[in-house]
Amino acid sequence: MYDAPTMEVLLGITGKDFTLIAASKAAMRGATVLKASDDKTRALNKHTLMAFSGEAGDTVQFAEYIQANAQLYSMRNEADLSPSALANFVRGELASSLRSRKPYHVNLLLGGVDPITHKSRLYWLDYLAALAPVPYAAHGYAQYYCLSILDKHHHPDISLGQGIKLLNLCTDELKRRLPIDFKGMVVKAVTKDGIIDIEFDDDKVVHAA
Amino acid sequence: MSSPFSINGGACVAMVGKDCVAIACDLRLGLQALTVSNNFPKIFQYGDNVFLGLTGLATDVNTVSDLFRWKVNMYRLREERQIAPRTFANLVSSSLYEKRFGPYFVSPVVAGLDPKTGRPFICGFDSIGCIDFAKDFIVSGTASEQLFGMCESLWEPDLDADALFETISQSLLNAVDRDALSGWGAHVYIIEKDKVTKRLLKGRQD
Repeated sequence: MYDAPTMEVLLGITGKDFTLIAASKAAMRGATVLKASDDKTRALNKHTLMAFSGEAGDTVQFAEYIQANAQLYSMRNEADLSPSALANFVRGELASSLRSRKPYHVNLLLGGVDPITHKSRLYWLDYLAALAPVPYAAHGYAQYYCLSILDKHHHPDISLGQGIKLLNLCTDELKRRLPIDFKGMVVKAVTKDGIIDIEFDDDKVVHAA
Repeated sequence: MSSPFSINGGACVAMVGKDCVAIACDLRLGLQALTVSNNFPKIFQYGDNVFLGLTGLATDVNTVSDLFRWKVNMYRLREERQIAPRTFANLVSSSLYEKRFGPYFVSPVVAGLDPKTGRPFICGFDSIGCIDFAKDFIVSGTASEQLFGMCESLWEPDLDADALFETISQSLLNAVDRDALSGWGAHVYIIEKDKVTKRLLKGRQD
Protein backbone atom coordinates (compact mmCIF):
# COMPACT_ATOMS: atom_id res chain seq x y z
CA MET A 1 0.00 0.00 0.00
CA TYR A 2 2.59 2.62 1.05
CA ASP A 3 4.98 3.29 -1.86
CA ALA A 4 8.60 2.18 -1.63
CA PRO A 5 11.07 4.93 -0.69
CA THR A 6 13.21 6.59 -3.38
CA MET A 7 16.94 7.35 -3.61
CA GLU A 8 16.21 11.07 -3.92
CA VAL A 9 17.48 12.80 -0.79
CA LEU A 10 15.59 15.55 1.03
CA LEU A 11 16.86 16.78 4.39
CA GLY A 12 15.61 19.49 6.74
CA ILE A 13 17.11 20.72 10.01
CA THR A 14 15.84 23.51 12.25
CA GLY A 15 18.04 25.51 14.61
CA LYS A 16 17.86 28.53 16.88
CA ASP A 17 16.94 31.10 14.21
CA PHE A 18 17.14 29.24 10.89
CA THR A 19 15.89 26.24 8.94
CA LEU A 20 18.25 24.33 6.67
CA ILE A 21 16.87 22.56 3.61
CA ALA A 22 19.03 20.25 1.49
CA ALA A 23 18.14 18.24 -1.62
CA SER A 24 20.21 15.89 -3.78
CA LYS A 25 21.32 17.28 -7.16
CA ALA A 26 20.77 14.10 -9.21
CA ALA A 27 17.71 14.01 -11.46
CA MET A 28 17.17 10.32 -12.06
CA ARG A 29 15.02 8.25 -14.36
CA GLY A 30 15.28 4.54 -13.61
CA ALA A 31 18.97 3.72 -13.30
CA THR A 32 20.05 6.76 -15.36
CA VAL A 33 21.20 10.11 -13.98
CA LEU A 34 19.75 12.66 -16.42
CA LYS A 35 21.14 15.75 -14.69
CA ALA A 36 23.68 16.37 -11.95
CA SER A 37 22.66 19.94 -11.05
CA ASP A 38 18.94 19.63 -10.33
CA ASP A 39 17.40 22.02 -7.81
CA LYS A 40 14.49 20.28 -6.05
CA THR A 41 13.48 23.38 -4.10
CA ARG A 42 11.15 26.33 -4.70
CA ALA A 43 10.85 29.51 -2.63
CA LEU A 44 7.22 30.19 -1.68
CA ASN A 45 7.92 33.62 -0.22
CA LYS A 46 10.74 35.52 1.47
CA HIS A 47 10.89 33.21 4.47
CA THR A 48 9.47 29.88 3.34
CA LEU A 49 11.19 27.25 1.21
CA MET A 50 9.80 23.96 -0.07
CA ALA A 51 11.77 20.89 -1.16
CA PHE A 52 10.13 18.10 -3.14
CA SER A 53 10.72 14.58 -4.47
CA GLY A 54 8.57 11.94 -6.10
CA GLU A 55 7.17 11.12 -9.54
CA ALA A 56 8.91 12.92 -12.40
CA GLY A 57 6.25 15.21 -13.89
CA ASP A 58 4.26 15.68 -10.70
CA THR A 59 6.99 17.21 -8.54
CA VAL A 60 7.75 20.43 -10.40
CA GLN A 61 4.14 20.84 -11.56
CA PHE A 62 2.79 20.66 -8.01
CA ALA A 63 5.61 22.71 -6.46
CA GLU A 64 5.23 25.54 -8.98
CA TYR A 65 1.43 25.51 -8.58
CA ILE A 66 1.94 26.01 -4.84
CA GLN A 67 4.64 28.61 -5.47
CA ALA A 68 2.37 30.58 -7.81
CA ASN A 69 -0.49 30.57 -5.31
CA ALA A 70 1.80 31.63 -2.45
CA GLN A 71 3.13 34.50 -4.55
CA LEU A 72 -0.39 35.49 -5.64
CA TYR A 73 -1.42 35.68 -1.98
CA SER A 74 1.59 37.84 -1.15
CA MET A 75 0.81 40.25 -4.03
CA ARG A 76 -2.92 40.52 -3.26
CA ASN A 77 -2.56 41.00 0.47
CA GLU A 78 0.82 42.72 0.71
CA ALA A 79 1.57 40.19 3.45
CA ASP A 80 3.23 36.80 3.31
CA LEU A 81 1.62 33.64 4.63
CA SER A 82 3.45 32.11 7.60
CA PRO A 83 5.18 28.74 7.20
CA SER A 84 2.40 27.05 9.21
CA ALA A 85 -0.34 28.63 7.07
CA LEU A 86 1.48 27.55 3.89
CA ALA A 87 2.01 24.03 5.24
CA ASN A 88 -1.72 23.67 5.87
CA PHE A 89 -2.52 25.12 2.43
CA VAL A 90 -0.15 22.66 0.73
CA ARG A 91 -1.64 19.81 2.77
CA GLY A 92 -5.14 20.75 1.71
CA GLU A 93 -4.17 20.80 -1.97
CA LEU A 94 -2.32 17.49 -1.72
CA ALA A 95 -5.12 15.87 0.29
CA SER A 96 -7.80 16.78 -2.25
CA SER A 97 -5.49 15.53 -5.00
CA LEU A 98 -5.07 12.21 -3.12
CA ARG A 99 -8.72 11.26 -3.65
CA SER A 100 -8.86 12.48 -7.27
CA ARG A 101 -8.55 10.43 -10.47
CA LYS A 102 -4.79 11.06 -10.78
CA PRO A 103 -3.20 12.08 -7.45
CA TYR A 104 0.09 14.00 -7.30
CA HIS A 105 2.85 11.67 -6.08
CA VAL A 106 5.03 14.21 -4.29
CA ASN A 107 6.82 14.14 -0.94
CA LEU A 108 7.62 17.52 0.59
CA LEU A 109 9.61 19.30 3.24
CA LEU A 110 8.48 22.83 4.03
CA GLY A 111 10.88 24.94 6.04
CA GLY A 112 10.96 28.53 7.11
CA VAL A 113 11.09 31.15 9.78
CA ASP A 114 7.87 32.63 11.15
CA PRO A 115 7.86 36.32 10.07
CA ILE A 116 6.30 37.48 13.37
CA THR A 117 7.79 35.27 16.08
CA HIS A 118 11.09 34.65 14.18
CA LYS A 119 10.85 31.00 15.31
CA SER A 120 12.22 28.36 12.91
CA ARG A 121 9.69 25.93 11.47
CA LEU A 122 9.88 22.65 9.56
CA TYR A 123 7.00 20.57 8.21
CA TRP A 124 7.14 17.01 6.92
CA LEU A 125 4.53 16.03 4.30
CA ASP A 126 4.33 12.72 2.45
CA TYR A 127 2.45 12.03 -0.79
CA LEU A 128 -0.58 10.91 1.25
CA ALA A 129 -0.68 14.47 2.65
CA ALA A 130 0.10 13.52 6.24
CA LEU A 131 1.42 16.70 7.85
CA ALA A 132 3.73 16.77 10.86
CA PRO A 133 5.69 19.64 12.40
CA VAL A 134 9.18 18.32 13.21
CA PRO A 135 12.57 19.60 14.43
CA TYR A 136 14.38 17.68 11.67
CA ALA A 137 13.20 15.49 8.82
CA ALA A 138 14.14 13.48 5.74
CA HIS A 139 12.41 11.77 2.82
CA GLY A 140 13.20 8.58 0.93
CA TYR A 141 15.88 6.08 1.92
CA ALA A 142 17.73 9.01 3.53
CA GLN A 143 15.25 8.76 6.41
CA TYR A 144 16.67 5.40 7.46
CA TYR A 145 20.25 6.72 7.59
CA CYS A 146 19.81 10.32 8.73
CA LEU A 147 17.02 10.34 11.34
CA SER A 148 19.07 8.24 13.77
CA ILE A 149 22.09 10.54 13.30
CA LEU A 150 19.89 13.59 13.91
CA ASP A 151 18.23 11.90 16.93
CA LYS A 152 21.67 11.68 18.51
CA HIS A 153 23.19 15.02 17.54
CA HIS A 154 20.36 17.54 17.05
CA HIS A 155 19.50 20.25 19.57
CA PRO A 156 16.77 22.87 19.07
CA ASP A 157 19.11 25.84 19.71
CA ILE A 158 22.03 25.00 17.39
CA SER A 159 23.69 27.72 15.28
CA LEU A 160 23.78 27.73 11.47
CA GLY A 161 27.41 26.53 11.55
CA GLN A 162 26.49 23.61 13.78
CA GLY A 163 23.52 22.87 11.50
CA ILE A 164 25.79 22.63 8.45
CA LYS A 165 28.14 20.35 10.40
CA LEU A 166 25.14 18.12 11.19
CA LEU A 167 24.21 18.14 7.51
CA ASN A 168 27.74 17.01 6.63
CA LEU A 169 27.42 14.16 9.11
CA CYS A 170 24.25 13.09 7.27
CA THR A 171 25.60 13.43 3.71
CA ASP A 172 28.79 11.55 4.66
CA GLU A 173 26.68 8.65 5.90
CA LEU A 174 24.55 8.76 2.73
CA LYS A 175 27.69 8.68 0.54
CA ARG A 176 28.88 5.74 2.61
CA ARG A 177 25.67 3.69 2.47
CA LEU A 178 23.56 4.63 -0.58
CA PRO A 179 24.35 2.39 -3.58
CA ILE A 180 24.22 5.29 -6.09
CA ASP A 181 25.94 8.66 -6.35
CA PHE A 182 23.32 11.35 -5.65
CA LYS A 183 25.65 14.06 -7.11
CA GLY A 184 25.91 16.20 -4.00
CA MET A 185 23.39 18.52 -2.40
CA VAL A 186 21.73 21.86 -3.02
CA VAL A 187 21.74 23.51 0.42
CA LYS A 188 19.69 26.56 1.41
CA ALA A 189 19.10 28.23 4.74
CA VAL A 190 16.01 30.23 5.67
CA THR A 191 16.61 32.99 8.20
CA LYS A 192 14.55 36.04 9.24
CA ASP A 193 16.44 37.98 6.55
CA GLY A 194 15.44 35.62 3.75
CA ILE A 195 16.67 32.54 1.91
CA ILE A 196 20.44 32.14 1.48
CA ASP A 197 22.29 29.68 -0.76
CA ILE A 198 24.89 27.76 1.24
CA GLU A 199 28.16 26.67 -0.38
CA PHE A 200 28.40 22.95 0.21
CA ASP A 201 31.41 20.77 -0.55
CA ASP A 202 30.14 17.97 -2.82
CA ASP A 203 33.55 16.66 -3.87
CA LYS A 204 34.51 15.12 -0.54
CA VAL A 205 34.99 11.39 -1.03
CA VAL A 206 33.70 9.15 1.74
CA HIS A 207 34.74 5.51 1.66
CA ALA A 208 32.51 2.70 2.91
CA ALA A 209 33.68 1.14 6.15
CA MET B 1 0.82 -4.25 7.63
CA SER B 2 -0.48 -2.96 4.28
CA SER B 3 -3.84 -1.82 5.66
CA PRO B 4 -4.29 1.96 5.57
CA PHE B 5 -5.29 1.73 9.24
CA SER B 6 -1.85 0.47 10.28
CA ILE B 7 0.63 2.39 8.08
CA ASN B 8 1.14 5.25 10.52
CA GLY B 9 0.23 3.54 13.82
CA GLY B 10 -1.31 5.07 16.92
CA ALA B 11 -3.67 4.38 19.79
CA CYS B 12 -6.56 6.09 21.54
CA VAL B 13 -8.78 5.22 24.53
CA ALA B 14 -11.70 6.86 26.35
CA MET B 15 -13.13 5.92 29.76
CA VAL B 16 -16.10 6.82 31.94
CA GLY B 17 -15.71 7.73 35.62
CA LYS B 18 -17.97 9.16 38.31
CA ASP B 19 -19.14 12.55 36.95
CA CYS B 20 -16.04 12.63 34.75
CA VAL B 21 -14.62 11.15 31.55
CA ALA B 22 -11.09 10.65 30.29
CA ILE B 23 -9.60 10.37 26.81
CA ALA B 24 -5.99 9.59 25.98
CA CYS B 25 -3.82 9.00 22.93
CA ASP B 26 -0.21 8.20 22.05
CA LEU B 27 2.06 10.60 20.13
CA ARG B 28 3.73 8.44 17.48
CA LEU B 29 3.60 9.08 13.73
CA GLY B 30 5.37 6.44 11.68
CA LEU B 31 5.76 4.93 8.25
CA GLN B 32 5.49 1.22 8.94
CA ALA B 33 8.45 0.45 11.27
CA LEU B 34 10.10 3.90 10.88
CA THR B 35 9.12 6.62 13.36
CA VAL B 36 8.84 10.03 11.67
CA SER B 37 7.55 12.13 14.58
CA ASN B 38 7.09 11.63 18.32
CA ASN B 39 4.82 14.65 18.67
CA PHE B 40 1.68 13.83 16.70
CA PRO B 41 -1.34 14.20 19.04
CA LYS B 42 -4.55 12.43 18.04
CA ILE B 43 -7.03 14.16 20.37
CA PHE B 44 -8.85 17.33 19.30
CA GLN B 45 -11.14 19.63 21.28
CA TYR B 46 -14.40 20.87 19.74
CA GLY B 47 -16.06 22.63 22.68
CA ASP B 48 -15.69 23.21 26.41
CA ASN B 49 -16.11 19.49 27.06
CA VAL B 50 -16.30 17.77 23.68
CA PHE B 51 -13.25 15.77 22.59
CA LEU B 52 -12.50 13.65 19.52
CA GLY B 53 -9.73 11.05 19.27
CA LEU B 54 -8.68 9.92 15.78
CA THR B 55 -6.45 6.96 14.97
CA GLY B 56 -5.71 5.41 11.59
CA LEU B 57 -4.22 6.89 8.42
CA ALA B 58 -2.41 10.11 9.43
CA THR B 59 -3.55 12.09 6.37
CA ASP B 60 -7.17 11.31 7.28
CA VAL B 61 -6.52 12.18 10.95
CA ASN B 62 -5.47 15.60 9.61
CA THR B 63 -8.33 15.86 7.11
CA VAL B 64 -11.08 14.71 9.49
CA SER B 65 -9.89 16.85 12.42
CA ASP B 66 -9.79 19.92 10.12
CA LEU B 67 -13.22 19.05 8.68
CA PHE B 68 -14.84 18.87 12.12
CA ARG B 69 -13.18 22.10 13.24
CA TRP B 70 -14.95 23.74 10.30
CA LYS B 71 -18.28 21.94 10.88
CA VAL B 72 -18.32 22.71 14.62
CA ASN B 73 -17.41 26.37 13.99
CA MET B 74 -20.32 26.61 11.53
CA TYR B 75 -22.62 24.90 14.06
CA ARG B 76 -21.60 27.39 16.77
CA LEU B 77 -22.23 30.38 14.48
CA ARG B 78 -25.65 29.10 13.36
CA GLU B 79 -26.90 27.92 16.75
CA GLU B 80 -25.13 30.50 18.93
CA ARG B 81 -24.23 27.76 21.40
CA GLN B 82 -21.66 25.01 21.84
CA ILE B 83 -22.20 21.56 20.36
CA ALA B 84 -23.13 18.77 22.82
CA PRO B 85 -21.15 15.50 22.79
CA ARG B 86 -24.14 13.40 21.66
CA THR B 87 -24.94 15.84 18.83
CA PHE B 88 -21.28 15.85 17.84
CA ALA B 89 -21.26 12.03 17.81
CA ASN B 90 -24.18 12.03 15.36
CA LEU B 91 -22.39 14.65 13.24
CA VAL B 92 -19.30 12.41 13.14
CA SER B 93 -21.43 9.40 12.22
CA SER B 94 -23.27 11.08 9.34
CA SER B 95 -20.10 12.77 8.05
CA LEU B 96 -18.30 9.43 7.90
CA TYR B 97 -21.22 7.63 6.26
CA GLU B 98 -21.30 10.36 3.58
CA LYS B 99 -18.05 8.73 2.40
CA ARG B 100 -19.52 5.18 2.52
CA PHE B 101 -17.86 3.99 -0.69
CA GLY B 102 -14.55 5.79 -0.27
CA PRO B 103 -14.15 6.15 3.47
CA TYR B 104 -11.75 8.08 5.65
CA PHE B 105 -9.44 5.44 7.14
CA VAL B 106 -9.92 6.53 10.76
CA SER B 107 -11.40 5.02 13.93
CA PRO B 108 -12.84 7.98 15.88
CA VAL B 109 -13.58 8.14 19.61
CA VAL B 110 -15.80 10.82 21.18
CA ALA B 111 -15.67 11.74 24.87
CA GLY B 112 -17.43 14.50 26.77
CA LEU B 113 -19.92 15.55 29.43
CA ASP B 114 -23.53 16.34 28.60
CA PRO B 115 -23.85 20.14 29.06
CA LYS B 116 -27.37 19.85 30.61
CA THR B 117 -27.18 16.79 32.87
CA GLY B 118 -23.40 16.64 33.36
CA ARG B 119 -23.56 12.92 32.58
CA PRO B 120 -20.46 11.29 31.04
CA PHE B 121 -20.70 10.39 27.35
CA ILE B 122 -18.30 8.26 25.33
CA CYS B 123 -18.65 6.42 22.05
CA GLY B 124 -16.58 4.98 19.23
CA PHE B 125 -17.12 4.56 15.49
CA ASP B 126 -15.96 2.38 12.64
CA SER B 127 -14.59 4.13 9.55
CA ILE B 128 -18.05 4.42 7.93
CA GLY B 129 -19.77 5.91 10.96
CA CYS B 130 -21.44 3.02 12.83
CA ILE B 131 -21.67 4.28 16.45
CA ASP B 132 -20.58 2.05 19.30
CA PHE B 133 -22.09 3.46 22.52
CA ALA B 134 -20.37 2.24 25.67
CA LYS B 135 -20.92 2.61 29.41
CA ASP B 136 -17.33 1.71 30.33
CA PHE B 137 -14.57 2.38 27.77
CA ILE B 138 -13.80 2.71 24.06
CA VAL B 139 -10.51 1.76 22.41
CA SER B 140 -9.11 2.37 18.92
CA GLY B 141 -5.89 2.15 16.91
CA THR B 142 -3.17 -0.40 16.23
CA ALA B 143 -2.95 -1.21 19.97
CA SER B 144 -6.71 -1.76 20.31
CA GLU B 145 -6.37 -5.45 21.23
CA GLN B 146 -3.84 -4.63 23.95
CA LEU B 147 -6.07 -1.75 25.11
CA PHE B 148 -9.09 -4.05 25.37
CA GLY B 149 -7.06 -6.34 27.65
CA MET B 150 -5.75 -3.51 29.84
CA CYS B 151 -9.12 -1.73 30.14
CA GLU B 152 -10.98 -4.97 30.80
CA SER B 153 -8.70 -5.72 33.75
CA LEU B 154 -8.13 -2.22 35.22
CA TRP B 155 -11.42 -0.38 34.71
CA GLU B 156 -14.14 -0.39 37.36
CA PRO B 157 -17.35 1.65 37.74
CA ASP B 158 -17.52 5.06 39.48
CA LEU B 159 -13.81 5.95 39.52
CA ASP B 160 -13.17 9.52 40.69
CA ALA B 161 -11.10 11.90 38.53
CA ASP B 162 -7.72 11.00 40.07
CA ALA B 163 -8.35 7.26 40.00
CA LEU B 164 -9.65 7.54 36.43
CA PHE B 165 -6.46 9.36 35.37
CA GLU B 166 -4.36 6.58 36.91
CA THR B 167 -6.49 3.86 35.27
CA ILE B 168 -6.54 5.32 31.76
CA SER B 169 -2.83 6.22 31.89
CA GLN B 170 -1.72 2.75 32.98
CA SER B 171 -4.06 1.15 30.43
CA LEU B 172 -2.65 3.20 27.55
CA LEU B 173 1.01 3.10 28.58
CA ASN B 174 1.05 -0.66 29.09
CA ALA B 175 -0.95 -1.31 25.92
CA VAL B 176 1.33 0.73 23.64
CA ASP B 177 4.44 -0.92 25.10
CA ARG B 178 3.21 -4.19 23.55
CA ASP B 179 2.58 -2.54 20.16
CA ALA B 180 5.49 -1.64 17.88
CA LEU B 181 3.44 0.97 15.99
CA SER B 182 2.24 3.00 19.00
CA GLY B 183 3.81 4.84 21.92
CA TRP B 184 6.46 7.57 22.21
CA GLY B 185 4.57 9.45 24.93
CA ALA B 186 0.90 10.23 25.51
CA HIS B 187 -1.66 12.96 26.05
CA VAL B 188 -4.31 12.39 28.74
CA TYR B 189 -7.39 14.59 29.18
CA ILE B 190 -9.52 14.35 32.33
CA ILE B 191 -12.86 16.09 31.79
CA GLU B 192 -14.85 17.15 34.87
CA LYS B 193 -17.69 19.65 35.24
CA ASP B 194 -16.12 23.15 34.82
CA LYS B 195 -12.61 21.68 34.64
CA VAL B 196 -10.48 19.99 31.99
CA THR B 197 -6.99 18.75 32.90
CA LYS B 198 -4.50 17.90 30.14
CA ARG B 199 -1.42 15.92 31.09
CA LEU B 200 1.58 14.92 28.98
CA LEU B 201 2.99 11.49 29.80
CA LYS B 202 6.56 10.90 28.68
CA GLY B 203 6.26 7.11 28.40
CA ARG B 204 8.94 4.81 27.05
CA GLN B 205 11.00 6.48 24.32
CA ASP B 206 11.91 3.28 22.50
